[in-house]
Amino acid sequence: MYSRAYKSLVSIPPIAWVGAFLLLPYALMFVHSLWAVREGVIVHQWNWENYKTLFTNALYAEVLLRTMRIAASVTLCSILLGYPLAYYLAFHAGARKELLYLLVIVPLWVSYLVRGYAWKTILGSDGVLNGFLQYLHLTHEPVGFFLYSPFAVVLMLTHIYTPFVFLPIYAALEHIPRPLLEASEDLGAGSVQTFWRVILPLSMPGLLAGATFAFVLSLGDFLAPLLVGGPSGTMIANVVQSLFGAAFDWPLGAAISVGILVITISLLFLSELLEKRWAFK
Amino acid sequence: MRRSPLLALYAAFVFAFVYLPIVVLVLYSFNRDGVGGFPPRHFTLRWYTELFADSAIWDSLLNSLMVAGASVALSLALGLLAALALDRTDFPGKTLFRRLVLLPLILPGIITGLSLLMFAVFAGVQLSLITVLLGHATALVSVSTTELFAGLQKLDRAQEEASLDLGATPWQTFWRVTLPNLRLSLIAAGLLIFTLSMDEIAVTFFLFGRDNTLPLEIWARLRRGITPEINAISALILVVSVGLIVIWYHLRARSLGGGSQELL
Repeated sequence: MYSRAYKSLVSIPPIAWVGAFLLLPYALMFVHSLWAVREGVIVHQWNWENYKTLFTNALYAEVLLRTMRIAASVTLCSILLGYPLAYYLAFHAGARKELLYLLVIVPLWVSYLVRGYAWKTILGSDGVLNGFLQYLHLTHEPVGFFLYSPFAVVLMLTHIYTPFVFLPIYAALEHIPRPLLEASEDLGAGSVQTFWRVILPLSMPGLLAGATFAFVLSLGDFLAPLLVGGPSGTMIANVVQSLFGAAFDWPLGAAISVGILVITISLLFLSELLEKRWAFK
Repeated sequence: MRRSPLLALYAAFVFAFVYLPIVVLVLYSFNRDGVGGFPPRHFTLRWYTELFADSAIWDSLLNSLMVAGASVALSLALGLLAALALDRTDFPGKTLFRRLVLLPLILPGIITGLSLLMFAVFAGVQLSLITVLLGHATALVSVSTTELFAGLQKLDRAQEEASLDLGATPWQTFWRVTLPNLRLSLIAAGLLIFTLSMDEIAVTFFLFGRDNTLPLEIWARLRRGITPEINAISALILVVSVGLIVIWYHLRARSLGGGSQELL
């Protein structure tokens, strides 16, 4: 029913935009990763040295491993907080469901920076938490290790990604046909058994989507480490950021970015495959 | 529905975890002795009056408003076309196109920011608020496309067909039928994009020139230390964004029917 002119009019501008501002920049990133820096200038000397450095220099492997550990902890904590919350809203919240749902959604879109800053004021050595502990006479001196540690990064990112993880899980739980649960109980399964054998398997696609989201976004985060992580909480994106800044080695930074991009896209691909396999038919 | 006090308690704990930092932040913006210490003792509006006298903050707010306004216009226009293209046309590479458009939604901001930085250097463009806008629009077209695509899928095609059958041109049909029907989706998507653009920092970080956006200005001050003034501006940002999000939520629920739609 739509004419050729209509179709080209709606499809050409966005395709051109995607080509110019997504595809071309990614290509440039890859091209940069094959160049080198000599005496503070980027030279167009094609080589694989940057990638070799990544695989041979133990420092990068160490930071990448720490980043993966932090991202995995964030994912796990977000699921442990987000799943029961989604379960509660889907099955037990009753009339308050809409309001509670809105209460989860609001922080999802509310300033990353503001929430990160809030943690900084809470965890600092003269921060709110330390003030609170001393007020209760639980400690007498400020505790220094709350802030500027991998722990603080995990805490802050869990706070940010719990609503993200909640959302697809909740959607999956809401889509489970209720007669299935009744059937399970009629056939003699208790609520624990119904959860493990019916609800959890059927919510797996949502769980997977949420987990992928939290893991991938934590993996590439560089602001949380700067804000609350300190030197011991440095993540891989901080290395990239410093290579593009003070250290001025764009080609090496580009190579790590390509690595992050490849890891991200592989994870998305993998999670989509698994989601299809587990999808409720 | 069965009662389950333990689960309800756990849900309350999660809500506390999500909201406590925000409450603490707002509370201490009124504390005379500044941020830290417990309990907050003396109420004051001093930090807000200092904030209102701080011209650097307001300059950066103005920059952010300009960027956000332009981001909304650009992302909505491109997102509308992209959503129409995904909904109604077939072309080679459509799946790839869909994936690429949505990629910035899930890609860490540093990748989007850096790839566009390299693009700007390659094209010989100087970093400014224009490059920031470019970054925001590129990242946020993913949001408008998903939102508007969902809106289009809910539209009743019969109206458009009737309009075309009755002799209206495709152009007239678009302006008089499609667009008005999509009104709520457009406003909802616009509000969301505005909020996200006002808050954006990961992409902006690599693309700004001489002029700061509000989040970058706050970031720069944070590097120097915590001040109650940042609590005050944060509290104001919170109030405004919560307001916009609540409006967005209701509009979206009205346009898509039922609030619990998948967002991602």
